Amino acid sequence: MVLSEFAGVSMPDWIDALLRIIFIVALMTIMAFALIYLERKILARFQARVGPTRTGPIGTLQSIADALKLVTKEDVRPITADRWAFELAPYMAFVPVFLVFVPMPFTETWFIRDLNLGLLFVFGVLGLNIVGVVMAAWGSDNKYALLGGVRAAAQAISYEIPMLLIIVAVVMVAAGRLAVDGDASAAGSINAIVGDQTTTPYILLQPLGFFIFIIGMLAELHRPPFDMPIAESEVVGGYFVEYSGMRWGMFFLAEYTALFLLVVLASSLFLGGWNWPFGADVGLGLQIVLTFVKTSVMIVLVIGSRALFPRLRIDQLMSFSWKVLLPFSIVQVIANGIILAYGGPDWVVGLVSFGLLVALGGLVYYIMSRKQGEGARTVQTTPATPRVITAPEVTPVEAGGD
Amino acid sequence: MVQQTFEGEVLTEPVVVEREFETVDMNINIGPQHPATHGVFRMVLTVDGEIVKDAIPYIGYMHRGGEKLSENLDYRGALGYQDRTDYLAAFNSEWVYVNAVERLAGIEIPERAEYIRLILAEFNRILSHFMFMGAFGTDVGYFGTAFTWTFKERERIQDLFEAVCGDRIMYNYFRVGGLAWEPHETFIEDSHWVLDQVEVGIGDVDELMTNNEVFIARCRDIGAMTADEAIAYGVTGPMLRASGVPFDLRVDEPYSIYDRFHWEIPVGERGDVYDRYLVRLEEMRQSVTILRQALDQMPTSGPIEPERMPARLRPEPGEIYMRQENPRGEYGIYMVSDGTDKPWRVKMRSPCFHNLSSLKPQVINTYLADAVVALGSIDIVLCEVDR
Repeated sequence: MVLSEFAGVSMPDWIDALLRIIFIVALMTIMAFALIYLERKILARFQARVGPTRTGPIGTLQSIADALKLVTKEDVRPITADRWAFELAPYMAFVPVFLVFVPMPFTETWFIRDLNLGLLFVFGVLGLNIVGVVMAAWGSDNKYALLGGVRAAAQAISYEIPMLLIIVAVVMVAAGRLAVDGDASAAGSINAIVGDQTTTPYILLQPLGFFIFIIGMLAELHRPPFDMPIAESEVVGGYFVEYSGMRWGMFFLAEYTALFLLVVLASSLFLGGWNWPFGADVGLGLQIVLTFVKTSVMIVLVIGSRALFPRLRIDQLMSFSWKVLLPFSIVQVIANGIILAYGGPDWVVGLVSFGLLVALGGLVYYIMSRKQGEGARTVQTTPATPRVITAPEVTPVEAGGD
Repeated sequence: MVQQTFEGEVLTEPVVVEREFETVDMNINIGPQHPATHGVFRMVLTVDGEIVKDAIPYIGYMHRGGEKLSENLDYRGALGYQDRTDYLAAFNSEWVYVNAVERLAGIEIPERAEYIRLILAEFNRILSHFMFMGAFGTDVGYFGTAFTWTFKERERIQDLFEAVCGDRIMYNYFRVGGLAWEPHETFIEDSHWVLDQVEVGIGDVDELMTNNEVFIARCRDIGAMTADEAIAYGVTGPMLRASGVPFDLRVDEPYSIYDRFHWEIPVGERGDVYDRYLVRLEEMRQSVTILRQALDQMPTSGPIEPERMPARLRPEPGEIYMRQENPRGEYGIYMVSDGTDKPWRVKMRSPCFHNLSSLKPQVINTYLADAVVALGSIDIVLCEVDR
C-alpha cells in the first residue's frame, strides 16, 4: 500500500517514504514503552509479585514515568571518559536498530520498502549495533564496562554466524518453493517469504532453524541465559554502567526495539507473519491482529526465559555456539541443499530438520546429565544416630585479673 | 630522526627496542560495593581477560568489636549482640550464647522452653537457607525469580517469628534460663501451617534450580574442595558436608534435645558448588522433619523459665566453650568467668570467617563469573565474619 492511496491524495515517493519512517519511529517508541510495561508485568507474575500498580490504571503509565525521570536526570560523563566515544555510543547502538525496520512487513502492504535483499540488509545493519556497544565500553574508561563490551562483541560475532546460516537454509527452502511460481530471486525479500507461508509456516519445514534462531535472538538481545555482557552480579551492568539519564535510556530503548524487531523477524520467517494458516486472504485488519498475536507469543517466550534461566558463563556460551549450533546449522544447510537439489518434497525437508532438532536436544541432554552425575538428585544421607548428651564440662580456671 | 640520550650524546640512528607483545593483567575490585558480595566484602581479582589469576580478599569493614562489648556488659545484657552477628540466623546465635551462660552458671532450663528454642532455631535454619537459595540464585543469574520465590517463604517464617517475639530479624527472645515470654496461643498450629507452606516452597526451589541445565553447567565442578582441604581450612557446616564429611554438631556433639529426633545428615560427593546447594536443599527438608517431630512432642503447657533465678548472675570462676550447629557451620562461644557479673573474656568462633578463608584456592584459575558463584556458595554473612 502506498500512503497516497490510503489518504486519497497523491504525493511524491520521497514524502511517502518519509511519512512511513516517521510512522515507524513513532510506532516503535510506543511499542518499546509497551514492551517495557509488559515485561515488568509478566516478569512480576513469574516472580510472585504484582509489578507496577501505582502510575495510571494498573500501572500502565509506568514507562512514561520512567522516561520522564530519565529525561530530567543529570547526564553524567566520567572525567576520564573518552568524550566522543562516550557521547556518540548510544546513537551508534540506537540508529541501526531503527534502520532495520525498513523492510519489516507488519502486514501484506504495511512496510517502508520491500527490499529485494531484505534479509541481507537486516543482518548487515543490525551488526553495526555492536559498534556502539564497544564504543560505550571503551569510552567509559571502566573495567566492568570494558569486560562487558568485550563479552558483547564476542557473543555477537559467535551467534550471528549460526543465525545467518539458518537464514541461508530458510532462503533455500523459500527459493525452492518460490521457483514453482516462477520467481526464485524474490527469496531474499522478507515479504515474499511471508507471502509463501499462506498454508505452511516455515516452522514446520525448519524446526531446527526456528530453535537456533530463537537462541541466536536471545544472545543478540543479551537476554538470559545469554546476558553475561550486562550481568549484574559479575560486571555490574556491563557496558552501560557509567551511563545515566537519557543516554542510558537510549541503550534501553534500543534493546527493547531490537527485541520487537527480532520477534517480528522470527514470526515473519517461521510463523508465517501476517498469514492465517487456514485461509488465503484475510484482509488488512486481521493481518494486524495476526502479527500482533504471533509476536506477543514470542515476546512472552523471551520474557519467560528471563525469569526461568540462570546465566551461562562466557566460555560455555562460546563453545555452545561454535561446537553445537554452528555444526548443526551447517548440516542443516547441506541437508537442505541435497534434498532440494534432488527435488525432494517439503515433508522430507521438515522431517530431516526435525530429526536434527531432536538430535541437538538429545546431545545437550546427554552432556548435561553426564555432567550432573549419578545420584546427584539425592545426596547420600547418613542417618543421625542419637547419642547421650554430654554437656561440655565447665573447667575451673584461675580467674585472670586485670 | 635525531635522539638525545641523558648524557647529552646525540644518536643519529633511531633506537628500536624489540619487545614481545605484552598483555597486562587487570585488577578488578569486587566490592566493597558490588551486587555479588552480600555485604561489604572486598575481593581484588587480578584477571587475565576473564580468567582469575590472583585474588586478595579484604575483610573488616563491619568490625564492631562485639566480643569486647560483650565483656563490658553483664551476662544477660550482651545477648543483643548475638542477634547482630549472624543476623540471618539470630535465634541460633542467641541459643549458643544462652546455652554457654547456662552451662557456666549451672542453670537448668524447663523442657518446654528447650522445645520452643529448638523449634525456633530450626525454623531459623530453614529461613537462612532460603536466603542462601535466593542470593545464590541471583549470583548464578536468575533475574530475581529465585530471590522472590524464596523470600515469599521467608516471609511466612518471619511472620511466625513476629507473632512469637515481636520482631522479624533482631529477635532478642531467648533469655538465660528460658524465654522472654510465652509464645502466642496458636503457636503450634501456626507452625504446622508454615511448615506445610515451606515444604511446597522447597519443592518450588528444587524444580526451579536443581535440574536446570544452565544451572548445572554453572555449578558443577566449580570451587571443588576435597574433604582434607576443607578440614585443613577449618570449614564447617554445609560446605564441609558437601565435601563428604558427615560432621554435624547436632549429632557428633549433641546439645539440647536433639537426641530425641530422627533425621539424616545430607552429604555431598564432590565438594563443589552444586553439592553445597544440594546439601543445603536437603538440610531444609531434614529441618522440616525435625520440626514436625518436635511440634508433636512439645508439651503444650508448663513453665518457660526456672522457678528461681538469681537477680545477678555471678558464675563460679571457670571457662566454657559451647559450640552448636548454625546454618553456616560451627558457631562457638568461648567464655571465661572470673566470678563477677561480667564475663572476663568472650570469644566468638564464627563459621563464615573460616569458610571464607577457603575462598582463594577456589577462585584462582577459574573464570570471573565462577569466582562470584564460589563466593556466593559460601553463604557469607559479613557481620559474622567481622563481628
